[in-house]
Amino acid sequence: MIRKMEKEYAGAKLGIWLFLFTEILLFGGLFLLYATYLSSYPREFAIAGREMHLGFGTANTILLITSSLFAAMSVTAVQQGEIRKVLNLLGATIICAMIFLVNKYFEWSSEIGHGFYPDSPRFSAGPIGEALFFSLYYLTTGLHGFHVLAGVGLLTVVALKVRRGAIHAGDYVLLENSALYWHLVDLIWIFIFPLYYLVL
Amino acid sequence: MNSSNHPTLPLTSFWNDTGKCGVSAWVFSTDHKRIGLLYLYSVLISFLVAVLIGLLLKIELMAPGRTIMGPVTYNALFTVHGVLMIFLFIIPGFPGVFGNLVMPIQIGASDVAFPRLNLLSWWLYITGALTIVLSLFTGGGPPDTGWTFYVPFSVRTGTNVSLAVIGVFIVGFSSILTGINFVTTIHRLRADGMAWGRLPLFVWSIYATAWIQILATPVLGITLLLVVAERLLGTGLFDPSRGGDPIMFQHLFWIYSHPAVYIMILPGMGIVSEIFPVFARKPIFGYKMIAFSSLAIAGAGSLVWAHHMFTSGISDMAVLVFSFLTFVVAIPSAIKVFNWVSTLYKGSISLEAPMLFALSFIMLFSIGGLTGLVQGAAATNIHIHDTQFVVGHFHYVIFGGAGFAFFSAMHYWLPKFFGRTYSEKPAMISWGLMFAGFNLTYFPMIILGMKGMPRRYYDYLPEFAPLNLISTIGSWILAAGLAIMMINLFMGLLKGRPFGSNPWGGATLEWTTPSPPPTENFDEEPVVTHGPYDFNRAGVP
Ligand code: HEM
Ligand SMILES: [Cu+2]
Repeated sequence: MIRKMEKEYAGAKLGIWLFLFTEILLFGGLFLLYATYLSSYPREFAIAGREMHLGFGTANTILLITSSLFAAMSVTAVQQGEIRKVLNLLGATIICAMIFLVNKYFEWSSEIGHGFYPDSPRFSAGPIGEALFFSLYYLTTGLHGFHVLAGVGLLTVVALKVRRGAIHAGDYVLLENSALYWHLVDLIWIFIFPLYYLVL
Repeated sequence: MNSSNHPTLPLTSFWNDTGKCGVSAWVFSTDHKRIGLLYLYSVLISFLVAVLIGLLLKIELMAPGRTIMGPVTYNALFTVHGVLMIFLFIIPGFPGVFGNLVMPIQIGASDVAFPRLNLLSWWLYITGALTIVLSLFTGGGPPDTGWTFYVPFSVRTGTNVSLAVIGVFIVGFSSILTGINFVTTIHRLRADGMAWGRLPLFVWSIYATAWIQILATPVLGITLLLVVAERLLGTGLFDPSRGGDPIMFQHLFWIYSHPAVYIMILPGMGIVSEIFPVFARKPIFGYKMIAFSSLAIAGAGSLVWAHHMFTSGISDMAVLVFSFLTFVVAIPSAIKVFNWVSTLYKGSISLEAPMLFALSFIMLFSIGGLTGLVQGAAATNIHIHDTQFVVGHFHYVIFGGAGFAFFSAMHYWLPKFFGRTYSEKPAMISWGLMFAGFNLTYFPMIILGMKGMPRRYYDYLPEFAPLNLISTIGSWILAAGLAIMMINLFMGLLKGRPFGSNPWGGATLEWTTPSPPPTENFDEEPVVTHGPYDFNRAGVP
């Protein structure tokens, strides 16, 4: 019986790592396009990159890294059986994620308001590379934002399970795996942030 | 599907031992055997529909000019045929059906690592399949892009590409989850004594396949999402007039779709590697090389995708590199063929239905593989690119190879799960018809292609008429064989004579448990004491 539990724990960990690989490959396609189009249109990318709001980007980076810290701490807390603390930390993670999304909303609105979007009148006149930059930017951050949203849902379910006692010091692999997923969402942002906000 | 179909079966099999036999006990079951059978029925429906469409295509090509349909219908039908065959039959077919039915038993497990995820995979498959079906009847009607969804046409056409592509995306998600499940299962759930060196070769092939499903499918996913974004949002990423590059679509598409051909063929190779030793009564020759070559194919096969793009305008250097790598992948495939032939050498061969299909696999797959090299060589590729030669080639590989291996596995393993079996004579007749009909259908296409008849056209020049007529007649013989095979098989499985626990004398674990197996697969957890082809110990774990 103990052996079976061990197998399940190790199996669940193996499974989530494989899943995380598939997520990296999913975003990999977009990063690949970024690399090729950057090399085709370096000047246009640089001009378009200057339109990014560094403030929003930095704030969101700090938010996500902090939330990742909370998620990691919640795993330690559940191992020590401190359920109250787990719930608080998960709540803090979720709140950070929501602020991230709200920020994203304002950032996108301001950019769209300035006429930076695919097919916009501004781009149909201008040099062609800049529109590509923005298309990639919306697709990549959009897909990432969707993952943040999914993470909020996932962490909420996990928090409910912790409260119901279904996740506890003896069996917390779902919490641990959700935290791993959350770190991945963070990690992908760590690549998006410099590529779109800093290097250009 | 209720127990009354099986009046004389022992009351201990997975059909009835849980006491739950209604429809919902099947479609919500987490038992890998029930899920495997659900996949069987679903992929066979897709297959049969696509076969009917294929026959219509062949009737159209029976004579030059318009025979039964015009170009618009023809375009839609070959697209639907390709999409159903590739995404709903052959890719999900092997892992979904035989990976599920057989693999857990062969490693001595009572189920896969994540049974509920397994059920979710099937539901995603069904959701994707229904989405694809829906796309045929809504919006602008069935997509007409070919199964490859190449831009710019897939972005500009008024047909319902977006919904079809979303359906394929969902099916891809299902495939990824199955891959994750199987890799984890094979790592974590092997019975005591089931060392890696004792894994049956079918399990090795499913293992290699699962890795490809995990590593390649996400790239298809993002590519398809980008097509939808192009259509709905006008992102322009693949539109040259706005700076995008259509070649990038082809790269992304083939980064998945070339490795995907190994999702189609590797399990087939694993299946015949099980069947040859059993029906030659001789241990497999070169176990390690066959197992290793599966991984080598999976690895090297990830680096050859641009051989589909020799005429698309990639650099000469890229053509050379990808051409060379394509020849490299032929090596592990050839290693397998030589090992199978050596296994048969001096064996005492019994020509029963599974063996006949497996033997013809070698021949048809070899023709498919060698014509593949003709296309992999940069110079000859230019001549035959986008001709009927390509159509002949890939039907030899995926139908003659993977398809015949699938039929072989149906005759070899399905009786195990139904506890009843088919009659041998009609099975052999159906095989004979299919083999003859197959070659009559597709060999002419190879010649037609070399003479210059393009693919994906409903019409052709009069000089191609005789060979096309032969090909069409061949397709009817093929279809007759298929019909006899399916009827014989399913009549036998439902009403035929009982099938003992190990009539073939196999030495892998599925032959140590009753036919059909109980829900837990084994009465007690097996402890494996010998290799998979150690026939002196057949029948005991
Ligand atoms: C009786 C069986 C079959 C018949 C008669 C048949 C016939 C055909 C024909 C006539 C074409 C179109 C050729 C052209 O004009 O370009 C075609 C295309 C194709 N077939 Fe089949 N086929 C059969 C079975 C299969 C199987 C078993 C598979 C795969 C598992 C398959 C996969 C494909 C694919 C991928 C295409 C390409 C579609 C495209 O161009 O987008 N076929 N088939
Ligand atoms: Cu290829």
